[in-house]
Amino acid sequence: MHFPDALRLRSGASIRAYDLSYETYGRLNADRSNAVLICHALNASHHVAGVYLDDSGRVKEKSEGWWDNMIGPGKPVDTERFFVIGVNNLGSCFGSTGPMQANPDTGEVYGADFPVVTVQDWVNAQARLLDALGIRTLAAVMGGSLGGMQALSWTLQHPERVRHAVVVASAPNLTAENIAFNEVARRAIVTDPDFHGGHFYKHGVLPKRGLRIARMIGHITYLSDDVMNEKFGRQLRNDSGAIKFSTQDVEFQIESYLRYQGDKFAEYFDANTYLLITRALDYFDPAREFGGDLSGALAQARAKFLLVSFTTDWRFSPARSREIVKALLANQRDVSYAEIDAPHGHDAFLLDDPRYLGVVRSYFNSKVAA
Amino acid sequence: MNAPRQHPGALTADQLSIARLVPSGSHVLDLGCGTGALLDHLIRERGCSGYGVEIDDANVQACVARGVNVIQFNLEDGLALFGDDSFDVVLQIDTLQHLRNAEVMLRETARVGRTAIVAFPNFGHWPNRLAVLRGRMPVTRVLPYQWYDTPNIRVGTLKDFDALARKNRLQVLDAFGLQDGQEIRLWPNARASRAVFKLQRA
Repeated sequence: MHFPDALRLRSGASIRAYDLSYETYGRLNADRSNAVLICHALNASHHVAGVYLDDSGRVKEKSEGWWDNMIGPGKPVDTERFFVIGVNNLGSCFGSTGPMQANPDTGEVYGADFPVVTVQDWVNAQARLLDALGIRTLAAVMGGSLGGMQALSWTLQHPERVRHAVVVASAPNLTAENIAFNEVARRAIVTDPDFHGGHFYKHGVLPKRGLRIARMIGHITYLSDDVMNEKFGRQLRNDSGAIKFSTQDVEFQIESYLRYQGDKFAEYFDANTYLLITRALDYFDPAREFGGDLSGALAQARAKFLLVSFTTDWRFSPARSREIVKALLANQRDVSYAEIDAPHGHDAFLLDDPRYLGVVRSYFNSKVAA
Repeated sequence: MNAPRQHPGALTADQLSIARLVPSGSHVLDLGCGTGALLDHLIRERGCSGYGVEIDDANVQACVARGVNVIQFNLEDGLALFGDDSFDVVLQIDTLQHLRNAEVMLRETARVGRTAIVAFPNFGHWPNRLAVLRGRMPVTRVLPYQWYDTPNIRVGTLKDFDALARKNRLQVLDAFGLQDGQEIRLWPNARASRAVFKLQRA
């Protein structure tokens, strides 16, 4: 959808005109009260559920939406009941206006000149999409990780437009360690000789080496030590069990796996988008304007909340979710909190755990649908 | 806590007696809320608000399914999530016997709530005493487990708890026994299978 009016950003800059890619699932009911907005995390898109078909009507391989286990007909977020909206954020690289598109002011590809966008800016852009769709109030806004930050921010920026917020594996801000991981990833990208200060498009190259390393380090932080050991342990790539005594060849299976993940990611993800989105993560901190007092910040929220965290998630640990819970309790807000004892680290929020999916299903059935 | 409460839907006679102790409109914290039946009743029938605390996944989901606010954590980790005096009433119904730090939790309960209501199986009930006199640990409706596989890591009597409350400078506003949903006020320590205390900071 095209938005002709300029969007003023938190930084003071503006985006003069922009497009947002979105998908919807299910039907908006007559009183427009069943809309659920899904916010995506770092590398996902507006394609949250369902599959794409090719020209001959066959299901395209690996075209499932990124939260297809959560959202769809009969699923925890049941699209036979709810009108679900997935939207690709500004600055991302899946169809919405971002660094790969041309700046209407100059006619040149934005590249590194794309303005820094924040979680708040994304929420404002999403709110305009809802306006255009004729939706005043969301039955729920939901997201995991960075998506959870957007859901939380919705309840503060537009408290009267959100009935429920479902915040999964998220945090009220990033810790120093988290910012540190983001910085390593960004340095990997910007020091790639093919980065060209972010204007690599006009050089006809892509900083794939940097993106690969950024993804590799990110991927490590999404898993848990236990899961990595269980999946790969010290297995060698070479079946014969013979050690190569090489410092540069792939020796262990975990190396092979990380390189594969890095290669795959560098094929489809934009380097400038990676920088922008990790920065949006770093900057998110709703308590900042309240002298660090999260309860003070969350006093603005009117929504009812469900929070979920996973015990082995060390990137967005349960302690961070409990901070949000504590601040909501201090304000006597309606909140439920499930701490799922799952082994999969941060990735657990995308995986099938019956306790996790069950509690989200129960919440939507008993509270959101009520 | 570990053992799901009986009758996930309807309240037991004992639960109804306890519910009557909670003033209408109270802001309530239910520690070890099970499937949330009591809290649900207090919200629907007595205009209360509040939260349950549970550790068990199935109970957490049951609470969410009935629309009761529930916070999942282990009570052994304390009540740091809750501020001083943030509740009118804090309930500890059949929770104490599962806790390693029952005394700390009692103090914490008194810190976060203006009033505490504590109920637990009364080991002083005469069939329990009789069983011990015969040389065996009791197995009853309120204490239904064999000694070797019970989730109850401690048992105590109504008198024991009274002493603990006083030691922690808690004022006993009311104390009685419950037997088959009947309040027992004459010799409750011998005549009731469950002990109930209503307390506040002295």
